[in-house]
Amino acid sequence: MANTLDVKDLSVRFTGPDGSEVQALGGVSFSMSDGQFWVALGASGCGKTTMLNSIAGFLRPSFGEVSLNGKPIQGPGADRGVVFQKHALFPWLNVAENVEFALRMRGVAKKERRERALETLSLVGLQDFAGHPVYQLSGGMQQRVGVARALASDPDVLLMDEPLGALDAFTRESMQELLLKIWDKTRKMVFFITHSVEEAVFLGSHLLVFSPRPGRIVHRAELDFCRRFLDQGDARAVKSHPDFIRVREDVLRAVHVSHA
Amino acid sequence: MPKPSTPDQFGPPAAGNLPWLTASSGLLLLALWWLASEFHWVPPLFLPGPRQVFQTFLSLSGGDVTGGTLAEHALASLGRVAGAFILAALTAIPIGLSMGVSKLVRSTLDPVIEFYRPLPPLAYLPLTVIWFGIGESQKLVLLYLAIFAPLALSARAGVRSVAVEQLHAAYSMGASRAQVFLHVILPAALPDILTGMRIGLGFGWSTLVAAEMVAAQQGLGQMVLNASSFLRTDIMLVGIVVIGVIATSFDLAMRWLEYRLVPWKGRA
Repeated sequence: MANTLDVKDLSVRFTGPDGSEVQALGGVSFSMSDGQFWVALGASGCGKTTMLNSIAGFLRPSFGEVSLNGKPIQGPGADRGVVFQKHALFPWLNVAENVEFALRMRGVAKKERRERALETLSLVGLQDFAGHPVYQLSGGMQQRVGVARALASDPDVLLMDEPLGALDAFTRESMQELLLKIWDKTRKMVFFITHSVEEAVFLGSHLLVFSPRPGRIVHRAELDFCRRFLDQGDARAVKSHPDFIRVREDVLRAVHVSHA
Repeated sequence: MPKPSTPDQFGPPAAGNLPWLTASSGLLLLALWWLASEFHWVPPLFLPGPRQVFQTFLSLSGGDVTGGTLAEHALASLGRVAGAFILAALTAIPIGLSMGVSKLVRSTLDPVIEFYRPLPPLAYLPLTVIWFGIGESQKLVLLYLAIFAPLALSARAGVRSVAVEQLHAAYSMGASRAQVFLHVILPAALPDILTGMRIGLGFGWSTLVAAEMVAAQQGLGQMVLNASSFLRTDIMLVGIVVIGVIATSFDLAMRWLEYRLVPWKGRA
């Protein structure tokens, strides 16, 4: 059965410490289904993370509704895997134990969950690091553990909150390629947040450009550069292609107009 | 991690240690003590020399002091501090943790703990005598109170040290509230709890003499106080050194435990 995630007329208001109301998101709607990679692009403070937190169920929308496979989201759950920018791994557990966490919470037997953890770890190329302490890994490897951990509970959708934001440019590029390969293999829905225009245009099959205060969608696009990469296998060739550069500049212009 | 050969002159101040200086400052103190007594800079009645103190140590070990051998005094004190520490750990850690996770508990207990915490134990010592008598329980109560506050407050602070991302991650992996407490909040709080145990144990030892002030038959604090009435500065020095050595060994043991149990501390 195909999975769908529907966001309908979502608005979120926060009450500031001084009692004033701040509108973080104002009437956002979109819907995605299996095999789609949705990227939310925008500067800080335009409600992208609020958007993700509403889908994840960490916060309750003021208006509108988020539903997964037709069921409204009431709170966080293992059907939505989340990858954070940083600080989300458990340093008291080793790599494999971090990846097993969801299965352990569900009461899966130790042997079976270890097998599944190793399977997921090989998907991100970390099968040889199962017994390592996570705090000894590089930033890029820690993020791969984070991705494996989110995948281990076999969620319907993968939510990623600037997962590559803290990585250096080289690690970042190879992580982008890894994410696309995993997405291609698993065909899962992905909701990915970034403020890098190039990353957004490269990764997304669907692009949402957000404007700040309140967060609104100001530009939508369907893109195929991720497909081109998966077909050709050369990320630099895709990113230096005139088509890519043209779209990148168009999107950049849309971002600038929305911030003017 | 290998040390950089050229330390960063503009980094955090005074990184690293100078082990040879640490060792020689101890030796220097010992040498000064020896010189001061050997050449009578200070009358021996006020400051007996190292050799005399060592001889006193030997004779005390043989039982030449009221109330039993030195080992028996040390054991009595050790029992009191350990007993109070265990009681405090069993109560302060759960209470501190619940202060961390519950606004209700925190708002209720915060004024009580914050009020009594800075009080000097000597100030409420007479009250504990009136309330609990002059037996063992009074001594335990005094030590318990000294250890309880830092332990409870550190457990409470430990709850705060968990990152929002870690909580969110756990919930989005299907953990229940109880599972999040057990598998995320508790391990995240462990480094702070262990630090609290170290500080609490230190507070226990520093309150020892006060605890043994009233009607103790045995104990290092009682031994020191008793010796002071007879101007036996040599016995006082032995008592002080023994308390210092035991307290320092406990602190080192706690540090070792920290190193074993929470190797990730400060690195995540």
